[in-house]
Amino acid sequence: MTAIPIDSRRLTPPTLALVGNPNCGKTALFNLLTGSHQKVANYAGVTVERKEGWLRTPAGKRLAVLDLPGTYSLAPNSPDEQVTCDVLAGRLPGERRPDLVLAVVDATQLARQLRLVLGLRRLGLPLVVVLNMTDLARARGVDVDVEALSRALGVPVVSTVAVRGGGADALFRLLDAALPPVALAASAGSVVDDYRQVKDILTTLGLDRVPAHAFTDRADRVLLHPLAGPMLLFALLFLIFQAVFAWAEAPMGWIESATALLGDFVGSVLPDGLLRSLLTDGLIAGLGGVLVFLPQIVILFFFILLLEESGYLPRAAFLLDRLMGGVGLSGRAFIPLLSSFACAIPGIMATRTIQNPRDRWVTIMIAPLMTCSARLPVYALLIGAFIPARRVAGGLELQGLVLFALYLAGIVSAVLVAWLLKRLGSKDRQHTLLMELPDYHWPSLRNLAIGLWQRVLIFLQRVGGIILALTVLLWFMASFPGAPADFAGAPIEYSFAGRLGHFLLPLFEPIGFNWQIAVALVPGMAAREVAVSALGTVYALSATADDTAQALVPLIVAGWSLPTALSLLAWYVFAPQCLSTLATVRRETGGWSAPLLMAGYLFALAYAASFVTYRIALACCT
Amino acid sequence: MPDTEMRLSDAETGAPMVVIGLDERAGLPDLQMRLRELGFMEGEPVCVLRRGQPGGEPLAVRIGASTFALRRIEAACVRVASRQVK
Repeated sequence: MTAIPIDSRRLTPPTLALVGNPNCGKTALFNLLTGSHQKVANYAGVTVERKEGWLRTPAGKRLAVLDLPGTYSLAPNSPDEQVTCDVLAGRLPGERRPDLVLAVVDATQLARQLRLVLGLRRLGLPLVVVLNMTDLARARGVDVDVEALSRALGVPVVSTVAVRGGGADALFRLLDAALPPVALAASAGSVVDDYRQVKDILTTLGLDRVPAHAFTDRADRVLLHPLAGPMLLFALLFLIFQAVFAWAEAPMGWIESATALLGDFVGSVLPDGLLRSLLTDGLIAGLGGVLVFLPQIVILFFFILLLEESGYLPRAAFLLDRLMGGVGLSGRAFIPLLSSFACAIPGIMATRTIQNPRDRWVTIMIAPLMTCSARLPVYALLIGAFIPARRVAGGLELQGLVLFALYLAGIVSAVLVAWLLKRLGSKDRQHTLLMELPDYHWPSLRNLAIGLWQRVLIFLQRVGGIILALTVLLWFMASFPGAPADFAGAPIEYSFAGRLGHFLLPLFEPIGFNWQIAVALVPGMAAREVAVSALGTVYALSATADDTAQALVPLIVAGWSLPTALSLLAWYVFAPQCLSTLATVRRETGGWSAPLLMAGYLFALAYAASFVTYRIALACCT
Repeated sequence: MPDTEMRLSDAETGAPMVVIGLDERAGLPDLQMRLRELGFMEGEPVCVLRRGQPGGEPLAVRIGASTFALRRIEAACVRVASRQVK
């Protein structure tokens, strides 16, 4: 037997790495090059997560494309910049050194960005400079002579307008040609040498005077105004939460009707028995109950992506810096915390952009207090069932108002926890900010669409994966063992799930939860929104055999008191039970102390908040 | 005649300045290096565009064609002088 020689180049296509300053249009170029051929790890943090895609050039060459975290220099200052530097040096375990580096350069910010190019040139890897946003530069009177710049830098330069499709033809032609030879390693430059060299190049090319972006300056006069700025930010956040409820109403209705139709259909076709129960009580009642919240999640992400793309997010961090500094956080913590509204996991991973280890630790600890999108189904279910849909003062939706209040409760608790941690910690720390305020630009529909599609996929994968598995498991636990004929209550009370619920009841009874809620909280540890599908399954099985397809809302309206519903809402503001978040915290902090402390304090806060809410509501209702 | 030196954190909002030099600061290692990488180099025009409220923090600073947000303590590391507008 002879070993068959394996040509590793055929197994793994040449890898092309995108490197550039933050906000240089790198992600837009990545979307343009790879289109839908992207592989984003489960939780897509825009700047920190590893994003890989592939492309086929017009001549048929297949290339892997790696989108590296943005960096200002090759001397790393934060964990995510470290990733970029390690990959480029071939030092990151499990990561192949790229075969070609594409240095993405924003044509309106040449001076700063070309200094990074000089650093990249010294790596000894083949290098191509991609000049991005040349249309924006031209509008500001900066016309870059691509050939002259290429001669001055000694590497190929191509110009693209990444944000719009079709701008990458020149780049594709270049990739089809043989990969350019390794650039000559220049002298080991210092920051000062690089600065002088870039200044010389730009002076020669007549590019050393770039006017500031007039629109950005005008817009910032209002958006960063000491008074108008924070008011606009608050109004914007408020509008988002109103939209999440108002816009999603119609599509949610469609999904509900479709689920009900499917349930009726399956119920009428299949004979009464275990299979019918699994499909209607387990899968359709369970998964349909989660799927219905897809429209709201899409709307929330639409706004987050819009703010991110347009360049407004760092402004929000600017406006909130004083507030965050007051409780011992850096303004930089704002972006990870905002991401946590989608999911705490990318948020916690995005804390890698915070240089100060203690700032980072505090940010991680409070990230789960930002209401993640997995809690939205729970809120939406309870608000939809218990809060009347009517307009209050000034035509505001009462339901949207309650949702806003719940989000606000999370933020206020985060501020208090951070303040407490600051009081307990050392006081001599210096807080740094040093954050770019990039020029505003119109978000591209294409990038918004790709970003939204990735979020939808992740949500559907969760529904099809862990939520499906847990729903089936819960259906099993709630159906077996079957109750004997002479059992007085509903059969589910005899099952494993029913017994578990009754076992947990003494713990949760003081805060107003019934045994059905206690059962639903257990699988909700793996994914918070499973609590909704679990309630769907538990209640579907509790109902009498005839009306299994009944919707969850009328059942809980009939079964729960208002204090119970409010108590569960308060519980979910803190929602201590999310195993994936705790696992991420363990990985990011490298130990068990942070995740254990986090689980402990969240559980205590959740229990206390629910207890107080339940008792007050009970006193008011009677 | 050289103008009087001051710290960027003390510069008047909107007044055109020029970078004279950078100082080290205890408790903020690497800050000087980082500021240089972002373009705070001797001779570069610089201007405080606006200040946040309350307390005049953070500062939005224009350097080159870019804008950065800095806390006062960071801006205090940059020595500047007034620049004649031509």
